[in-house]
Amino acid sequence: MTTAVDVLAQELQIRLPALDYLAMGPMLVLFGGACLGVLVEAFATRRSRPFLQFWLSLIALVAALVTVVRAANNSPQAFTADTAIAVDGPALFLQGTVIVLGMVALLLMGERRIDKGGPFVARASVPVGGEADRRQARESGSTEVFPLTLFALGGMTLFVAANDLLTMFVALEVFSLPLYLLCALARRRRLISQEAALKYFLLGAFASAFFVFGTALLYGFAGTLRLGGIHTAALGSTANPLLLFGGIALIAVALLFKVAAVPFHVWTPDVYQGAPTPVTAFMAACTKAAAIGALLRVLYVALDRVRWDIEPVIGAVAILTMLVGAVLAVTQTDIKRLLAYSSIANAGYLLVGALAFSREGVSSSLFYLAAYGFTVVAAFAVVALVRDEDGEATHLRRWAGLGRRSPVVAGLFTFLLLAFAGIPLTSGFTSKFAVFSAALGTSGQWQVAMVIAGVVTSMVLAFPYLRVVVMMWLSEPVENGPMVANAGTLTWTALWVGAFATLVLGVYPAPVLDLAHKAAEFLQ
Amino acid sequence: MQPGYYIVLAALLFTIGAVGVLIRRNAIVLFMCIELMLNASNLALVTFGRINGTLDGQIMAFFVMVVAAAEVVVGLAIIMSIFRTRRSASVDDANLLRY
Repeated sequence: MTTAVDVLAQELQIRLPALDYLAMGPMLVLFGGACLGVLVEAFATRRSRPFLQFWLSLIALVAALVTVVRAANNSPQAFTADTAIAVDGPALFLQGTVIVLGMVALLLMGERRIDKGGPFVARASVPVGGEADRRQARESGSTEVFPLTLFALGGMTLFVAANDLLTMFVALEVFSLPLYLLCALARRRRLISQEAALKYFLLGAFASAFFVFGTALLYGFAGTLRLGGIHTAALGSTANPLLLFGGIALIAVALLFKVAAVPFHVWTPDVYQGAPTPVTAFMAACTKAAAIGALLRVLYVALDRVRWDIEPVIGAVAILTMLVGAVLAVTQTDIKRLLAYSSIANAGYLLVGALAFSREGVSSSLFYLAAYGFTVVAAFAVVALVRDEDGEATHLRRWAGLGRRSPVVAGLFTFLLLAFAGIPLTSGFTSKFAVFSAALGTSGQWQVAMVIAGVVTSMVLAFPYLRVVVMMWLSEPVENGPMVANAGTLTWTALWVGAFATLVLGVYPAPVLDLAHKAAEFLQ
Repeated sequence: MQPGYYIVLAALLFTIGAVGVLIRRNAIVLFMCIELMLNASNLALVTFGRINGTLDGQIMAFFVMVVAAAEVVVGLAIIMSIFRTRRSASVDDANLLRY
């Protein structure tokens, strides 16, 4: 069948790339679901939207997961779209991870019983504090969050599979732009929510400008945007190496920004605190996975021939990230900021795995991302549950004595904090052990230094976590202290799934570790 | 004219944009500085495309333009929503979130 496009292509002598729709299935399903969601937003009645949007998103995610599994079974290693997309082991593993974690975060977003009408504001454009704002406080929350989340997830699944810098840039923006908006949509404390969105947006756009200029420099060096082409050119090209290293530096800035590595981490605590808690959970789990996935691909596919040159720089960044994250976590008094600094320190541990430059390095990072994602989503589910009349009680002092009032929630949170601290029999221990042993397996001096920093900072980090535990169980309860909200099944499901995964990946991690190991080969 | 000069110009524009982001205080101006950085990158991409004799650079420039337009939509929406409440677009006034 000759279509108009084919005729045009023949006239212009353009070679149309072959598209493997099965391999691109997850992206197509997610973007298709998101577009449907926009239509639902336009045509469905206000009353039916929350139900429709939630189930539509959930079905789209399940369908996307099915396509990931099918793609993994049918054609595990394939380039498609003229090698712009690499559907290989790490891409499929991370797509699966991001989609499953997205599902769990979606459950938190769909919760409508904790805060009447859901955690999101009805109309974000209404100025804060006015008469209209007071009126909309009782209205049902906006449902645009569901298509926005699907767009973000679609961008993330593309980001981890992007095999050239152009695709990577577009995917970066496709998943970042919805996130900026999601940050601004909190129902309560709208001012800090908007402020978080502004900060995230301005710094994120700044970082992506660095990405584009870095892309330009690498393109000037290699003559191609393909990661494989940069790999070839890294040794063979006669172009000025300044272009190569300048390009690497600028791209690294953008990727490390998304990963939340020091010194590009300053947005993290503010955004994590200001954003609606379900969105924070989503960002902490999924954005981290997508960003580390892309960073791994750039490091292993494009830059492995210059690894000796970049190792000291990124190694130093990793050590700084762990140190700053751990030390500043100690000083925090807000639970969301505490988890944000913990997320920064965890970015450092992930970089340790990434810099091992071995198959074990990739597989341990993949495992770490999955394990950490479940724990962090469950932790933010607890944060969403503990409330007083002003909404979430995020100040740590308010959490004193929570264990006496709500032993189940406090017990679960204690377990999650122990997992963050890396106590054995939790996934935190397994994943930290995996990345550190992968780094030691390479046995370069930077790897050893990073592991030492990692072990020291793990001990430092245990202090803030255990302080919260002690506070919940041993302190006297505060007057008018927060209660555990009367939540629906969605939040409880998310919390139990996260805690259960944390336990299983700690007690019996072998299947997932094997899967990660099998998946840990990048397509060159 | 040597294409190398265009690269120097692009680097210069990019630096001006980056410095602007760091020292200016109005969110809109900050945002314009980011756009300047993106356009400097476009210039570099097109120039490198010319030097390398491939079209990838020009195609990438098109994509950057489209993405920049999308970014404007999102960015201005966020800046507007803050401005409506605070009557100010200064990033120094957005100071509720801190240590």
